[in-house]
Parts: sequence; structure tokens; C-alpha cells
Amino acid sequence: MKTKTPSKLEKILAAGHLAVTSECGPPRGSDPEVIIKKAGLIRDHVDAVNITDNQTSMTRMCSLAACIRLKLLGLEPILQMVTRDRNRIALQSDILGAASFDINNILCLSGDHQSFGDCPLGQNVHDLDSMQLLQTVHHMRDKGKFLGGDDIARPPRMFAGAAANPFADPFEIRVARLAKKIAAGAEFIQTQCIYNLDKFEKWMGQVRDRGLHEKVSILAGITPMKSVGMARYMKKRVPGMDVPDEVVKRLADTPKEKQAAEGINICVEAILRLKEVKGVKGFHVMAIEWEEKVPEIVERSGLYPRPVVD
Amino acid sequence: MIIADKKPIEEIIESIKDYSRILILGCNECVTVCEAGGKKEVGILASALRMYFLNKGKEVKIDENTLERQCDHEYLDELVDQVDNYDAIVSLACGVGVQFAAEKYRATPILPGVDTCFLGATEKRGLWTERCQACGQCILASTGGICPVSRCAKRILNGPCGGSSKGKCEINKDMDCAWQLIIDRLKALDKLDTYEELSPLKDWSTDRAGGPRKIMREDLLL
Repeated sequence: MKTKTPSKLEKILAAGHLAVTSECGPPRGSDPEVIIKKAGLIRDHVDAVNITDNQTSMTRMCSLAACIRLKLLGLEPILQMVTRDRNRIALQSDILGAASFDINNILCLSGDHQSFGDCPLGQNVHDLDSMQLLQTVHHMRDKGKFLGGDDIARPPRMFAGAAANPFADPFEIRVARLAKKIAAGAEFIQTQCIYNLDKFEKWMGQVRDRGLHEKVSILAGITPMKSVGMARYMKKRVPGMDVPDEVVKRLADTPKEKQAAEGINICVEAILRLKEVKGVKGFHVMAIEWEEKVPEIVERSGLYPRPVVD
Repeated sequence: MIIADKKPIEEIIESIKDYSRILILGCNECVTVCEAGGKKEVGILASALRMYFLNKGKEVKIDENTLERQCDHEYLDELVDQVDNYDAIVSLACGVGVQFAAEKYRATPILPGVDTCFLGATEKRGLWTERCQACGQCILASTGGICPVSRCAKRILNGPCGGSSKGKCEINKDMDCAWQLIIDRLKALDKLDTYEELSPLKDWSTDRAGGPRKIMREDLLL
């Protein structure tokens, strides 16, 4: 399959391999070693690494700088960019800055509301929304133009992605919303963490009914639970998260010292099952502050070694 | 209408503490309807201030007046002969009225007695909610008559975001998700198919971003 960008992630998907991505959260400080160390833990086991953009609205080192660090180390970064903090001038400008380092992947998001973070008294921007950011990336890449209409010298060549939450409300428009993101230019999708596999498979069925799995590469989001406490927290406190009772019970029934290992087991079982779901093109393994577990998850899921592409 | 809320009396006292002749000036429009700055609230505030200064042993004259509007020259002109009798005026009008009064009576401090909050409606007595942010280019025709600019916490034009849960917004369980309301309404109108039409990048130049706005109607100018 012909690719549109130099993105390694796009090439792996185009070659028909199941892709594996992961994510690293930048530190709450300026020490570059934090991100370098995290990346070192996962670099041989994933194809590309998302760098989050002030996730949960907690102020951190910027995604772009952390992406540049990874790129200079020879990793394939995915620049997460939220529309909460930047207007269309800053978004375009940061896209060009990323492109100048040949960062070839972008994930377009609206971002958590600032009230969840450390600056709840601040303004939000939302000049564009996540779909309009996708449109902007395509406008810059495919037309080689700024939103203002001028030509871009050396346009960005980014593989454009978006998030999808198969579990959020209202469920009836979840597939329509995916179609809308594809229409806006999403080429890959990373989903919300999947614990309710039945519901995810139902969503994938609806996705296939509309043929959307042929138009976008869906990477299933996987996050290992460290403890029953984490499972309960995600079930009760994290908006749009669907953690079935049996997952909580399974961890609760496991002795405390073995819960982390059981969390990894649950995660590996999920990947093994979802590998068989038609339309799932890979996995986005988000081991939050637990990056050292990514290699084990990837290996046990039969996704190692990672393919080599030109 | 414009919804305002009463300022804490401590803040008002702090702003007038150096004056001894004060007019509390209400407005008979929006702030009367939302019970923040009409004749009734002028009376209550004036009584509370008189009591406060009496207890402090300070002689302060507090007068009351309520104009039909404070955002119109015609009504503000009624104060021309009285304004020199006061060291300061506490206006219980919205921010528009406070400023318009200040522009007219340049030598008198005009102090705000309410916080101007939003453009909204009275859901029931004691409950007002936002409906409009005056962005200058109404998109309600394509959003089922529900405004995502004013009612979505992220102003998302292609919503909902991932934080919509059981019809509520992630930032507050008591707040409806605007996009849930839009989808429900599109369904009721049998127009859910239009949900998939992408809303284009919005021109915010008619919003706050374009600087102070003005409308000039040649046909009405004298």
C-alpha cells in the first residue's frame, strides 16, 4: 500500500503488520533524563511513542520538546496536541516546529478540561476542536498551505491520528463520531483503554458494518491495572471509562502482592482476544508510569519482535 | 437577558469606605428580573450599609434611586442635577450600565455593586443558566437550537468530547453535556443524520477575539 508520509507507523500499518504504540508522559520538570529513561525501557518493543500534552491539565514539559528528544534518540514520536492551550497560530507553528525535526505523527485531541489540573483558574482556548485540528493538519500537509492561505515552504508530512472512546456517551453516536473524525482526516485511531471487551467488539462490529475499518487504522487502547485500587478508581472516577465488575472482582480476589501480575495477565488476555477482531490494526499500550512492563506485555502477546520497515 | 449576581457586601464596603455621601443606583431591566440590582435590592443594600456605618459610628449618607435603564442616555440624564450631591455611586446595573454611567459622569466614581455573569434565562425563580456568549455569528440552526459555544465547557463545535457521561459534563455532574442535548434534539427533529456534517473552523473575529464590537445601522442613525 502506498504511504502518504515518511511515518514509520504508517509504513508498518501499510505493510499489514499489527502496530504497537505506547506513550510516555513528560516530567513535571526540565530533566531530559526522565523521558530518555522511559523511552529506553520501551524502544525495542514499540513502533512509535506518544508523548502526552499536559495530560489531565497538569503542567509538564511540553510534548514537542519531549518528542524532539525521542526523535534525536532514533525513536518514532507521536506528537499529541490538544486544542485547549493553543490557538490556530500556535497550533500551526508547533506543527511546523515538529516537522522541522521530521516528527511525522500527530494525535489531535481537545484535551482534558483545565479544571482537572494545576491551573483551574486559567483560560482555555479551544479556537479549534480536535476535528478541526485534523483538518488543519491535512490542509497544511496535502495543500501545502497555511490556514490563512499562504504557501508553506516545506510543508509538514504528518500521519494524522485521533482518539476514539467506544465507551463514552451517547453510545448511539460513537460510530458516527468515528466516521466524522475520518472525514476530518483521521488516518489512525487510538482508542480509550478497553476493559469491556464485549462492548468494544460490539462497537467494532458497527464500525465494520459501515466499512470504516477499511478507512482508518484502529489501534486498541490497553492499560494494565496495577491494583484493585486502580481498577476501582478508573471505574468510578475517570469519565468515559468502562471497567466491568468482573475485572474489579478478579483483581479483588487476587492477593495484594500478586495483583500487579494479574493486571498484566488481564492485559495480555485482552490483546490476544482483540488480535482476532477484524479491523483491529494494532495496540496502543498505555502503561501509566509503569513503562517497564511494556516489553513483557508485548512479548507475551506475541507482538515481539517488532517488524522492520524501510 | 444579562444575568448578574450580588457582590459580597464586604467588597462593596471596602470600595466605599472613604466616602460619606453615596447613591445606590439600581436598574429596572435585566438585573431587576434576576433579582440582583433592581429597586428591591437597592433598598436592601442601602439598609444594610446604613446599619453597618451606624454600628461603626460613622456618618454616611446613603440614598437610593432606580433608573429605567442605565445603558441609555435618556435615563442616565435624570441624574444630572443630583450627581454632585454624592462622593460615589454604587451601580447595581450590569457592567454596561456601570461603564455608561461612568462615561457620562466623569468626575464621580461609579462602583460596581453586582458581578455581571452571563447571558441567560430564568429556569425558575432563583435559578439562572447561561444560553449565549454573543459570539456574533449564530450557529443554532445547525446545532438543534442548542449552543455549544456557551454550553459546552470546551466550546467544541464537533462534539461531544470523551468526557460526556450519562448526559452530563465531565467537569460537573450537575451540568448537562451540551452535545448530549444537541443529539437528543436532532433526534427529536428527525435530523440525526446531520450530526455527521463537520462544523467548519469558526470565525471568532466577531467574538471577543476581534476586539470591542460595535453595530452601526445606517438606516437608524440620525
